Amino acid sequence: MRTGMLNWRNYRYGKWALLLGLFSIALYVSQGASPAQPPNGGTWQGYVLGTIGALLILWLSVLGVRKRSYSSSAGTVQGWTSAHIYLGSVLLAVATLHCAAQFGWNVHTLAYVLMCLVIFSGFYGLYVYVHLPDRVASNIVDRDRAAWLEELGKLDQRIRDVAAGSDAQLQGMVLSALELTRLGGNLFQQLRANDRSLVQEPGGGKPVSNAEQSVLIETLSRRIPDARKQSEAETLSELLSLFGRRQVILHLLRRDIRLKGLLKLWLYFHVPLTFALLAALLVHILSVFIYW
Amino acid sequence: MPLDYRIAIVGAGPAGLSVAGRAAIYDAETGASTPSYVLLEGHTTFAKTIQKYQKGKHVMDEPGFLQLRSEVPFAAGKREEILGAWDNSIGGGLNVRYNAEVVGIEGEKGNFTLRLASGDSVTAENVVLSIGTQGNPRTLGVDGDAESDFVLYTLDDPEDFKGETIVVVGAGDAAIENAIALSDFNTVYIINRRGEFSRAKDGNLNAVLAAINDRDRAFHCRYESSVAAVELPDAPGETGAIVLNTPGGEERLECHRIIARLGTVPPRRFVESCGIEIGSASADAVPDVDRHYQSNVPGLYVIGALGGYPLIKQAMNQGYDVVEFIHGKDTRPADYPLLQDQFSGLPYVMDAEDILELYQQRVPMFKRMNPLAFRELIIESRITVSLPAEELARAPQGGERSTVFVAAGEPVYRNGEFSTTFFTLVEGEVRLQLEQDGPWHQIKPGQFFGEMSLLSGRPRQGDAIVERDSILIETPRRVMVKLMNSNEEVRQGIDRVFIMRALQAAFRPAMSLEELALVADQVQTCQFAAGEVLFTEGETGDCLHLIRSGTVVLSQGGTELVVAQLHSGELAGQMALMGAPLRRNTATAAVRTETLRLGREQFLALVNSEPEHISTLQGELSQLLQYTNSMASQPEAARSIGFLMEQGMGEATNALVIDTSLCVGCDNCERACAETHDGISRLDRESGASLASLHVPVSCRHCELPHCMKDCPPDAIRRAASGEVFITESCIGCGNCETNCPYDAIKLSYSAPPKPGLWSWLLFGRGSGPGEPAGFTPTAESKDVGKKAVKCDACMGRPGGPACVRACPTGAAIRMGPDQFVELVEAR
Repeated sequence: MRTGMLNWRNYRYGKWALLLGLFSIALYVSQGASPAQPPNGGTWQGYVLGTIGALLILWLSVLGVRKRSYSSSAGTVQGWTSAHIYLGSVLLAVATLHCAAQFGWNVHTLAYVLMCLVIFSGFYGLYVYVHLPDRVASNIVDRDRAAWLEELGKLDQRIRDVAAGSDAQLQGMVLSALELTRLGGNLFQQLRANDRSLVQEPGGGKPVSNAEQSVLIETLSRRIPDARKQSEAETLSELLSLFGRRQVILHLLRRDIRLKGLLKLWLYFHVPLTFALLAALLVHILSVFIYW
Repeated sequence: MPLDYRIAIVGAGPAGLSVAGRAAIYDAETGASTPSYVLLEGHTTFAKTIQKYQKGKHVMDEPGFLQLRSEVPFAAGKREEILGAWDNSIGGGLNVRYNAEVVGIEGEKGNFTLRLASGDSVTAENVVLSIGTQGNPRTLGVDGDAESDFVLYTLDDPEDFKGETIVVVGAGDAAIENAIALSDFNTVYIINRRGEFSRAKDGNLNAVLAAINDRDRAFHCRYESSVAAVELPDAPGETGAIVLNTPGGEERLECHRIIARLGTVPPRRFVESCGIEIGSASADAVPDVDRHYQSNVPGLYVIGALGGYPLIKQAMNQGYDVVEFIHGKDTRPADYPLLQDQFSGLPYVMDAEDILELYQQRVPMFKRMNPLAFRELIIESRITVSLPAEELARAPQGGERSTVFVAAGEPVYRNGEFSTTFFTLVEGEVRLQLEQDGPWHQIKPGQFFGEMSLLSGRPRQGDAIVERDSILIETPRRVMVKLMNSNEEVRQGIDRVFIMRALQAAFRPAMSLEELALVADQVQTCQFAAGEVLFTEGETGDCLHLIRSGTVVLSQGGTELVVAQLHSGELAGQMALMGAPLRRNTATAAVRTETLRLGREQFLALVNSEPEHISTLQGELSQLLQYTNSMASQPEAARSIGFLMEQGMGEATNALVIDTSLCVGCDNCERACAETHDGISRLDRESGASLASLHVPVSCRHCELPHCMKDCPPDAIRRAASGEVFITESCIGCGNCETNCPYDAIKLSYSAPPKPGLWSWLLFGRGSGPGEPAGFTPTAESKDVGKKAVKCDACMGRPGGPACVRACPTGAAIRMGPDQFVELVEAR
């Protein structure tokens, strides 16, 4: 079996996290349930859980530094990531037991909520890291994006050359389809991967959607049986096959952009939320000590 | 009739200038009224190779350990500074004659006649050839084809010309590259004598066809056309014309310039026409000269790159010395102190020159070698003396080039170590194994060892232990390869011992060396280019191959289904001689491969002499069969191995492979590489080939016989004992390694500018963050130093190993050698 982040060193940190979780539960239960002193962050057990949680949060955020300390010989980034995942997950339990599910409209609960957001965004990140690489690889079929873009460039050049032999109306339409092809766009558009390509139809008017090159493919396939000359039919057939290939490549590139975007997107939540959490955590700890 | 000169020097490169400089000093001392020497240069200017370097290029003065001995100055610096200093020397009164191409040399010592292309001739007592190895450009061969503003044979900078019509003649890589570069700002015609561009590299072929078909580019081609005439312009700045013979008749093209790139005429034919013998047919072979640089033609001297010394400083030193020799002074060469230093730890009191002579006589293979070549071999080698442990502690510690002391009874190399040096024993004794834990063989003075790794590039097989009071010459592979290329006797000697030892290692025959030599003589050495087939599945076989270098893959049911890979020292096709003659698989060379082919007769002679070893061979065969059988039943894994082999991984020793099913594309590997290697990443994650979730990114795979090490003038590329191939500080940025690397793993780069630290980026967003900055501007300082070659060094010496692997968060980046490929593909 391939060694990924989860099964690193035979789930070493998974086991650690499990032990830490069990320990936290035991600690929580040892608080008893007397009405005079219900379990909360104020008991010594609560303090221990809180300290473990705060240290965990600090250590978990250090991954961002370790990942970039390229000369460090303190373990490998893969090991750190594996530990980050498991210990980050168990933090949910540790912190919940620490606060004993006492929530309110205050900075303490804010810290808790931020922590949950960080952890859940991390779960999402884990999901995409585990599932998307295979999809990226199978989508792009053993070539890199630059190679596909190069083929697209050559294809477009060939389309221009072939279209030069067709009538002005079709040529205009073909060239507008090339011109008005849309790939990428802003973040939202990249992630939606919606084909916003347009084409200018003969006779003016506003350009209409040419998603998946469908208008061109339909027009060309409709005109081939009507072709009067053999040379015209040949030109149209070649254009049809060129646009067929173009449709495939554009679709593939759009998916590639989308998938690679998804692989990065979650970090734009996970990391800033972490900073917010660290700030809220600091306020939480200070205020607890000030209002002791 | 008195002769024109005492010395005629041919070729005004650094070597020739140095000769002239020294000869001029003699003239000044004797108060001669006319110069006693002439420097003949076929070109319009001196040092044309260096003139052709790009502007501002930093020229290095390797080897650093050698002192310059010349009247003409030279120190590392910018091209312009060096050329300027030489120009000053010439201006100081050197007798140089330009446009004086020598086309023939006749006569004998004391009376040479040099015929010039212009029809003139020059007579001289002695001739010094310092023409380098570049050769002269092939000319158009019509009237008016002399180099001028209108007809050019080189192109320094395509941007020198804009808005012109330029005709480029030629269809090789240089012509295509020039024509395409010129067509950015000019109208270009490229004239091809043939109907296609068959001589060009693939990349250039595609580029030229694209340029010809590109409607937006003023780029035209005339196929099957030859140059009939050149019409020079009436005045500078006006247009001239070129007349072509085309399939459609004569065509006249008016143009501003003609650039002819028709290749060069290598100097070999000219050199041989002067009566100088070149011992070997190999393209790298150099003429044999004596200790005074005199060729087999008395009075005719050969120095510089033509004599096998490509570095400027060496060539200039020889230029000085040769004048001394001609004037009858037996000066000690500039490298004498180096020799003294090397011999300083030897247990006898003798002059270095005498030791040199003694050692040459001690080793039968070197006995008949040219003394100058032997001297070069020693200077490039390390002299090692073994001492008992108690004396070793007291042994003096010399400099880097002094005698090396090692402990007696200890290995000079161990099994599995990467080193490709060649050892010659001059005194004492060495015990040698030919395979791990194999039987011991004795090496006596005059014998050599280490030829296995020298020829195959594989790590050492078995240990070599040096006994007390032994003296060894350890010669780098590069020097041995050069020697083997120019000296047939040495090549055959090493080859023969290689074959005998390879047979000993593989079959452990119980026969005398004489009997073994008889068998070895019948063994045929075969060479296969990558992709060539040794034998095919289904045919009847009557031989086996013992792999000498390279990698052979066995495939079954289609060449892409690889069931086994075999490396040097292993057998391929032994089944035909040990069992059924029908070949069960196809054997293909994965990279350039050499094998020893054994027929049934030789095989039987070897194994019958030691029947006990047969069971070992049978055991190995049955293991191989089990293995190939298991691979054949997993076509997906077999196909993946086939893919890796196709990527040239057969010759890899330590390659980066990315598991695309784990890779999240974060590029932390590239950043880690840049951050641990002066800001420049040595790997390109995204480019490179992929198949079935395996991706081979563009990065060094530390080949068994590194292509990059082939042709490095300052010998800057080295291999560590642990296998890493790396580039040292002495790189001169010539780009040979970049050209020679078939995997694009080496690039020339300025050093990256310094960046703010990690924390100031993390906290304050200063700088571009970790990783190689995209499109950085080099500092003036690093521009001064010039571009240097950079490549992966597998993070040699870095605790924890390669940074790329250590920085991968998901475990997608893996480094491995071919032995682990099977594990990799079977795991999925």
